[in-house]
Amino acid sequence: MPKLSQEAVQKINFTLNGEAETGMAEPRMLLSDFLRNVMGVTGCHVGCEHGVCGACTVQIDGKAQRSCLTLAVQVEGRAVDTVESLTGRENPLSDLQQNFKTHHGLQCGYCTPGILMSASEYLEKNPDPSEAEVRDMLSGHLCRCTGYAGIVNAIMATAKERQENKSEKSTAG
Amino acid sequence: MKPRKFDLVRAETTAEALAALSEAGGEAKIFAGGQSLMAMMNLRLLEPSVLIDISQISELSYIKEAGDKLEIGAAVTQVELLSWPGLADRLPLLHQAIPHLGHFQTRNRGTICGSLSHSDPSSELPLCLATLGGEVVLQSVRGERVLSAANFQLGMMTTAKADDELIVAARYPFKKPGEGFAFTEVAQRRGDFAIVAVAAVASGDTFRLGVGGVADKPTVRNWTNLADENLDDELNAFAWELKGSDDIHATARYRRELVRRLGRRVIEEAKACRS
Amino acid sequence: MAEAFVPEKFVGKPIERVEDEALLRGLARYADDYPARLDTRHAAMLRSPHAHAEIVSIDTSVAAALPGVVCVITGADVQEYVDPFLNIVKAPMELWPLAVERVRYVGEALVLVVAMDRYIAEDAVDHIQVEYKVLEPAVNPEYAASEDSPTIHEKCDSNILSDREFTYGEPDKAFEECDRVVKLKIDFPRSSITPMENYVVMADYHPAEGVYDVLANFQGPFTVHPVMCRALRVKNTGLRLRTPSNTGGGFGIKVAIFPYIVLMAVASRIAGKPVKWVEDRLEHLSSATAAPNRVVEIEAAAMNDGKVTGFRLSQLDDYGAFLRAPMPGPLYRMHGVCTGSYEIPNLYVRNRLVMTNKSPSGMVRGFGGPQMYYAIERVMHRVAIELNLDPLAVIRKNLVAANAFPYHAAAGAVFDSGNYQAVVDMAVKEGRLDEILKRRDEARAEGRIYGVGYAAVTEPTHSNMGYITTILTKEERAKRSPTQGTNSNATVSVDPFGGVSTSTDVPPMGQGHATLMAQIVAEQLGLQPTEITCNMEIDTQKDKWSIAAGNYAARFTSGPAVAVQMAAKMMRDKLAHIAAPNLNVPVEEVEFGNGLIFARDNPDNCLKFYRVAGTAHWSPGSLPEGMEGGLSESAVWTPRQLTAPDEKDRINTSLVYGFNIDFCGIEIDKDTGEVRIDHYVTAHDAGTILNPLIAHGQILGSYSHGVSQALFEEFVYDEDGSFKSGTFADYLVPSATEVPEPIILHMETPSPHTPLGAKGLADGNCMSTPVCIANAVCDALDLENIQVPLFPSKISALIHGEEQPPPAQMAVVETKPGKSDSAITGTGSSMVPADPQTVWDTLLDPEKLAAVIPGCHGLDQVAENDYRAEVSLGAGPVRGKFLASVVLSDLVEPTSVTLAGGLDGPLGSSQGEGRVRLEAQDGGTLVSYEYSVEISGKVAAVGSRLIEGGARVVVNQFFSRLIKQVEAPGSVTMGSGSLSLFQRLLAWLGVK
Ligand SMILES: Cc1cc2nc3c(=O)[nH]c(=O)nc-3n(C[C@@H](O)[C@H](O)[C@H](O)COP(=O)(O)OP(=O)(O)OC[C@H]3O[C@@H](n4cnc5c(N)ncnc54)[C@H](O)[C@@H]3O)c2cc1C
Ligand code: FES
Ligand code: FES
Repeated sequence: MPKLSQEAVQKINFTLNGEAETGMAEPRMLLSDFLRNVMGVTGCHVGCEHGVCGACTVQIDGKAQRSCLTLAVQVEGRAVDTVESLTGRENPLSDLQQNFKTHHGLQCGYCTPGILMSASEYLEKNPDPSEAEVRDMLSGHLCRCTGYAGIVNAIMATAKERQENKSEKSTAG
Repeated sequence: MKPRKFDLVRAETTAEALAALSEAGGEAKIFAGGQSLMAMMNLRLLEPSVLIDISQISELSYIKEAGDKLEIGAAVTQVELLSWPGLADRLPLLHQAIPHLGHFQTRNRGTICGSLSHSDPSSELPLCLATLGGEVVLQSVRGERVLSAANFQLGMMTTAKADDELIVAARYPFKKPGEGFAFTEVAQRRGDFAIVAVAAVASGDTFRLGVGGVADKPTVRNWTNLADENLDDELNAFAWELKGSDDIHATARYRRELVRRLGRRVIEEAKACRS
Repeated sequence: MAEAFVPEKFVGKPIERVEDEALLRGLARYADDYPARLDTRHAAMLRSPHAHAEIVSIDTSVAAALPGVVCVITGADVQEYVDPFLNIVKAPMELWPLAVERVRYVGEALVLVVAMDRYIAEDAVDHIQVEYKVLEPAVNPEYAASEDSPTIHEKCDSNILSDREFTYGEPDKAFEECDRVVKLKIDFPRSSITPMENYVVMADYHPAEGVYDVLANFQGPFTVHPVMCRALRVKNTGLRLRTPSNTGGGFGIKVAIFPYIVLMAVASRIAGKPVKWVEDRLEHLSSATAAPNRVVEIEAAAMNDGKVTGFRLSQLDDYGAFLRAPMPGPLYRMHGVCTGSYEIPNLYVRNRLVMTNKSPSGMVRGFGGPQMYYAIERVMHRVAIELNLDPLAVIRKNLVAANAFPYHAAAGAVFDSGNYQAVVDMAVKEGRLDEILKRRDEARAEGRIYGVGYAAVTEPTHSNMGYITTILTKEERAKRSPTQGTNSNATVSVDPFGGVSTSTDVPPMGQGHATLMAQIVAEQLGLQPTEITCNMEIDTQKDKWSIAAGNYAARFTSGPAVAVQMAAKMMRDKLAHIAAPNLNVPVEEVEFGNGLIFARDNPDNCLKFYRVAGTAHWSPGSLPEGMEGGLSESAVWTPRQLTAPDEKDRINTSLVYGFNIDFCGIEIDKDTGEVRIDHYVTAHDAGTILNPLIAHGQILGSYSHGVSQALFEEFVYDEDGSFKSGTFADYLVPSATEVPEPIILHMETPSPHTPLGAKGLADGNCMSTPVCIANAVCDALDLENIQVPLFPSKISALIHGEEQPPPAQMAVVETKPGKSDSAITGTGSSMVPADPQTVWDTLLDPEKLAAVIPGCHGLDQVAENDYRAEVSLGAGPVRGKFLASVVLSDLVEPTSVTLAGGLDGPLGSSQGEGRVRLEAQDGGTLVSYEYSVEISGKVAAVGSRLIEGGARVVVNQFFSRLIKQVEAPGSVTMGSGSLSLFQRLLAWLGVK
């Protein structure tokens, strides 16, 4: 049973955005601080550090969750995905990202990475959501700039396009 | 907003967690989903010197039928329970209540037993446990005991769990034939802790109302053969017994008002869907 | 290129934003993302748990000795390097970067720790011990303004820092001659817009040049830069302030970062290292800033036909503990429009500015508009109701007429353009008002609660720097050098390969300024917006800026955007002059498009854009006579309409004035009192729209602030000044489930005052939406007035009448009110098996008393009946350590004693008093008690609901220990309470 002493800096081996990575952190370091200040992944934003705002949301083993309520050492051996994973560094934006652009789903963009990480998991699980369901999913995120309409529209549009692509593929196949 | 220092035990088995709890002599805290714990630690309102992470204990990650109850291990998250296939049919109250508990993102991490242990008087899961007459299974190096909701929930964030005990599982009774259920709550925003949450179970001539958010723990009242014209007075008496208190978002009076009004609403709904 | 060339237009098109690529990939650069030097150290602050207290002593020794701590800095240390911040009002009120001698609000910073990282800095903060002498606070603005109130700044005579009266037209006559006077009193709450990104400052002092080099997510106005420089005792060049390319929302909040800029600058000097501070959310909510709460008394002089002929407006604006630049903007930037969108010639205004023991207020989106329009639009609604008229008819009757523009409002605003009636017509028709009214009828017929509300707002944008001097009398103004007008700066450059870059004097807060700049420049130079590089960083040592710079008052579209266009035109002109001889056409016939520069009438006669640009760099010798080489054009835009206040105190507060009319239908749940917005329409005329996509987004954001102001947001202070809204679970920012999408409509009446014709539109709904919703609720419930936020609890009390009483046989224990409503109070009694004298002796013996007080580690007697102790409350995981003081008074041996005292520690503070009575009874002594406790600081800010229970537990524990002590003296060991008091206090998340 691993017992990590408070004073000892731990080595953390994990998968970050698809790549094997190693970083060092004390047991008390929050995952959000670790990602930003140790791993240099600044797409993970911090807005409250008490679980309410959702800005720090990342995926751990594919599930969207608060990195400010997670300890860095807890991701040992696990896969962490941040907004940087949604498309390759030099690839075009993903459909979800592009729809945020098209539907003006962001202004200052501070809340955006967290929302994208929630939405991308959510659409995997619930590919054809109603607007009310999308809003419910979004209730775990605070955005001060947009009034949410653009965000809702971007997510709905992505779901719709994916549904259409799927049915096109199935008719084609 | 950063936590103080602590040692971290990443338990892989229940026995390890229990041993670590015992060794820490009341200085340890269990980390299940961290959705309440870490927030308080970041605010430095809690400063355990040892944290015991039980989220990776595979033997606690199970959902199983145990007689007339569903047993949910301590590592099971709220999302996992919500996706248990039989939930809507066999535990309709939980099926209705869990979507009110925080958000999709917090339910991905938060556990059932963590919420019971945290025992916030406004929480949905303790309310459902009380209303359904469920129980929790506690273990320590000293042994195991099973406590009914009534014996487990003592007051404002206070339970009968001893410092060295771990809640290993919670048990929620399945729907019995002829029962009807209803749940609703008022919260300021979607996913906030409820100002008042009410849960009702009706069966034959009896019905039961559980109320969260008013007294310092979820409180349940049973009625049998109550004439409808007396219901309002009964609810009023219940509301006044629970009394409630003021805070920055709602008054005690408002809480009582909701007990009277939402109480009636869910009782009627529960009666209507008896089957 | 055969067919006739049509130049490509970008301005006015819904172009996708150029900012978004980086933002969506997580590659944007916010202040906290900028690289820090390797030896950068991190700051955390100790903040006051008290609303008002003298600092008796500060002990930093333990904190300073912790490994990893670089230095610990107090107010006195900072005073060696800085002067107090300057202010428009001359009053003996000194604002320092750290509190000196006194603290004046909960959350005020008094000690700064610099350490290796933020974790260690916070550890050290918890080890600082401060002894306070608590002073009487003044929290309610009306109380603070009264003679009974304690003064917050001991050198000031009162808490009123300014009291000005203004008369325009003949208000007394209007009120005498009118048919009806309609009055209302408004108590507008405190709130903020809490950007998702908190403050960030990274400061580095360069001793060689004597320059403070600071990166901060500061938003301007840069009028505050000289204020910081004066405090730092340097010229403007001595503070090199840089702002990042991205900021996570501003909304005005990010001007109030400036005291921290100065603080970190000084800290880096003292520490000899770069110092970085990232504010956390608790700090932000308790201490960053807030829109001032305001008490407004408004009177309207109305004629029976609904015509309003005069207003009387008395505004008491609460600026909290300090007046901080650019305050009191919220009162005076709206001054010119005190008559709203209406033709009301007679006006009396009284503006008072009061100090209270709350965090200093400041600039927040809407900037004084939400408060003022709440009063104006509520009173207009009331006029209609009292005269039995339709509220919309009353609005229409009074709106400035279309043929009256430019309209000179009573207090001096010059409304540049508009057709308000036409906007209303459009809103009514396209927004389907008839449907909403029908829905109201249907709902009411079914016994549901439904209401309709309206609000009209003239939105001033692009401030006149001179407005603030309206607070001075004309004699005072005459003595100062004049302040009036405003500047905007922009630069457009073209590099040797034809790359185009542009910059201006506005730190971006998310509004899409880069896109608008790219549109404007691309259109002038015949390129694509994506080809324009917009560098949005600002560096005060290198960039072109002036003190009006900054992101505020929606100045972008009518200010910096104009400067960008001017610079782009200058660039175009220069390139045209270079190209003309080569194309062999007159300059006027040179056209730009598709990356080419060509002859208008013969597009085949063309040159590549980059070639022409290259000439200016590679071959300056070949340029036309009189033309200098290089390609960098800077423009300054100084509109002339903005003058200083005149003799009669009339002031044209802003350059341009937009307009919007809103209406909405709301339904109230009969059981729960919840307000649901059923239908919301907002129709705007903001002049020319530069990018509809962005305009739409700005209105949505502004509207959502309006909704949250109406329904959710308030910073709550108790009467003792303790702050109750310390987390996002307490301070309610609505989410997607709470903000339904409105219908947004537009009309475009270009402004003649700005070359682009554009006005701002980002503040209007902050002003109109709260009152529009409140008007609908008043309509639904037939109320005379209501104060926001409209919590369901508040509405329920209005719709549910008298509460159904408890059953007759039930005894309901009423808690007695304490010193204030906010105090936790209790009474009780306990039988102690000993005679009164024994109990008395226990209470009066320090050693025994120490054993009885939960968690006490021994009492030090500092005077007769006056003790100090270190107490740790709660055992096991929690261990909140406190410095306790206990004073015994009113001693009547052996029958009664009063215990008063307080606790101070990292978790917060409490002040309490209890009276204990001892009465001999069979088998012992009946000890009866009553107590009242006030709690402030962190625990109060984040855990109010649980404190009451906690206090009761401590009291119970006190008595159980007392019983044990008298039964078997010595059996109670010190500091071993197994009680989890703080566990109870701590369920902050559930706290409502
Ligand atoms: C934004 C937000 C909104 C929320 N809204 C709601 C809401 O509406 N309703 C609601 O009920 N909750 C709400 N919560 C809290 C909920 O998400 C938590 O899941 C729950 O309270 C605790 O579960 P956890 O597994 O995260 O427990 P943790 O946070 O890990 O632990 C909570 C406490 O229980 C103890 N503990 C946990 N598991 C055990 C165990 N097996 N044995 C012994 N002790 C244990 C811990 O030591 C700790 O003291 C919200 C949280 C957030 C962040
Ligand atoms: S920063 Fe993690 S939820 Fe706000
Ligand atoms: S875009 Fe600024 S907070 Fe969401």
